[in-house]
Amino acid sequence: MATQSDTANTHTPKASRRDFLYVATGAVGAVGVAGAVWPLINQMNPDASVLALAQVDFDVSSIAEGSSVTIIWRGLPVFVRHRTAAEIEEARAVPLSELKDPESDDQRVKEGHEQWLIMIANCTHLGCVPVGESGNYDGWFCPCHGSHYDTAGRIRQGPAPTNLVVPEYEFLSDTMVRIG
Amino acid sequence: MSSHESNYSPTGPVERWVDERLPLVRFAKEHLMDFPTPKNLNYWWTFGAILAIMLVVQIVTGIVLAMHYTPHIDLAFDSVEHIRRDVNGGRIIQATHAVGASMFFVALYIHIFRGLYFGSYKAPREILWMLGVIIFILVMAIAFMGYVLPWGQMSFWGATVITNIFSAVPVAGEPLLQLLRGGFAVDNPTLNRFFSLHYLLPFVVAAVVVLHIWALHVPGNNNPIGVDVKSSRDTVPFHPYYTMKDLFAIVVFFIPFAWFVFFAPDILGHPDNYIQANAQITPAHIVPEWYLLPFYTILRAIDFNVLFIDSRLGGVIAMAGSLVILFFLPWLDRSRVRSGTFRPMFKIFYWLFVVNFLVLTYLGAQPAEGIYVLLAKISTAYYFAYFLIILPLLSRIETPRPLPASISESVLGKAH
Repeated sequence: MATQSDTANTHTPKASRRDFLYVATGAVGAVGVAGAVWPLINQMNPDASVLALAQVDFDVSSIAEGSSVTIIWRGLPVFVRHRTAAEIEEARAVPLSELKDPESDDQRVKEGHEQWLIMIANCTHLGCVPVGESGNYDGWFCPCHGSHYDTAGRIRQGPAPTNLVVPEYEFLSDTMVRIG
Repeated sequence: MSSHESNYSPTGPVERWVDERLPLVRFAKEHLMDFPTPKNLNYWWTFGAILAIMLVVQIVTGIVLAMHYTPHIDLAFDSVEHIRRDVNGGRIIQATHAVGASMFFVALYIHIFRGLYFGSYKAPREILWMLGVIIFILVMAIAFMGYVLPWGQMSFWGATVITNIFSAVPVAGEPLLQLLRGGFAVDNPTLNRFFSLHYLLPFVVAAVVVLHIWALHVPGNNNPIGVDVKSSRDTVPFHPYYTMKDLFAIVVFFIPFAWFVFFAPDILGHPDNYIQANAQITPAHIVPEWYLLPFYTILRAIDFNVLFIDSRLGGVIAMAGSLVILFFLPWLDRSRVRSGTFRPMFKIFYWLFVVNFLVLTYLGAQPAEGIYVLLAKISTAYYFAYFLIILPLLSRIETPRPLPASISESVLGKAH
């Protein structure tokens, strides 16, 4: 019987009070369901224990010139490279017009600490860790899909869209670095 | 085909009492035994039943493995070794599950390519086909997540590369990536949720399989000549004719399956996955499992920017597109003739498509350099051209060979 009067209502040109109640009830229901679903999705986001590891301090003095170490920050590997003068020279000599993702060498290091190149060690293509001191540009080469990076970690050749990411960091002293 | 009435008649008061309340026996008899099935189905039609059995094998071995597996980054790798060495019969159960994934895909690909050749996607079976595509995509996701669970080097880097695909999404990419991983990198939260989903999704697949079979039982089976069933003379009851044929095919299928399990359980895997995951070192050559290779090749083939779409997003769009396009297949191939047997031109392009698919698989396992890069682009282009250009065009210009009047005529010759 209810169905009959409903169908009759839809044929009347003016919306009835009942139509309004249907829509309003449905809307409240939808908001309620969305509110209940959100925490179930949000629980998948990085939790407090993951976020708590957002900063690391690292002493770079033990890294000899021309070598690099990989440290872990927020679960991600980070390259810390002590560049040689020749590497810095090579990076600076490249005109910006040749770069896929133009960035000067200065923009990728801290002033007064030009020998230290600190970058997240995941290829910007799909996240593999590139191999150091290799590739066509004396920097890094990603074995997964063949991206070549130069001595400033800038993308020069291959499918990666951008340069290796430089994380936020600061030098607390001459040798102490705080990443994050 | 509304003719599939069951000839079930309850014997005795108890059966009648049950039948009036829940006609489960009637339903089973109607759909699993008496169901009228074209009498000309060949062995390519047995892979549906093989897949059903493989799903059961994977679920049963999976449930058992979950009783011994520990989803934690410090323990997962060792717990899989523990299963293989210490658990009673664990070596065989683990091998069955791992090899079973590969065998599942063997059957799945044959089942799909059978449908492509015999036009099983055409009206009135479009929804049946689309449900199949959904199952295919779900099974790929399940297999991928299952491969992450042993937490070897390939597990970890496979997970890193594949989740990274989502970071190519414009604007929301990075937050989406963190949401999927539960962190800034693939880590313990990622492993935990993959385990949870790897356990859940097979049951979702089972539910979609029920819909798939339901959608099959509305129009009934397609058949090798693609001509509709015209009378009861064209069909035989599913049981015993096809239950026995399917059973025989399952036994034959289990022979290579058993060979892998007992004699070469690791031959389909990668040695790198017997090294525990290490976030600081990427294996020199990351390769997905063989059954994902064709789509991996398509992902890698786009290494150039198209307008405002950069190469990475382009690759992701191409890979997603290669699957999504399957949903539209029933409307891309407009030829009214279902079976490829009667389509002389279609046949050529179809077999070229099969070869091309094998080439895509081969290329996925090769490094992205030299001639492989060019070949990957060519075969990716053919994959899409087959659906978007060749099939629509063929349905306009091709003259099919004359069709037999009925299934009976094709089986028994012109005399009838």
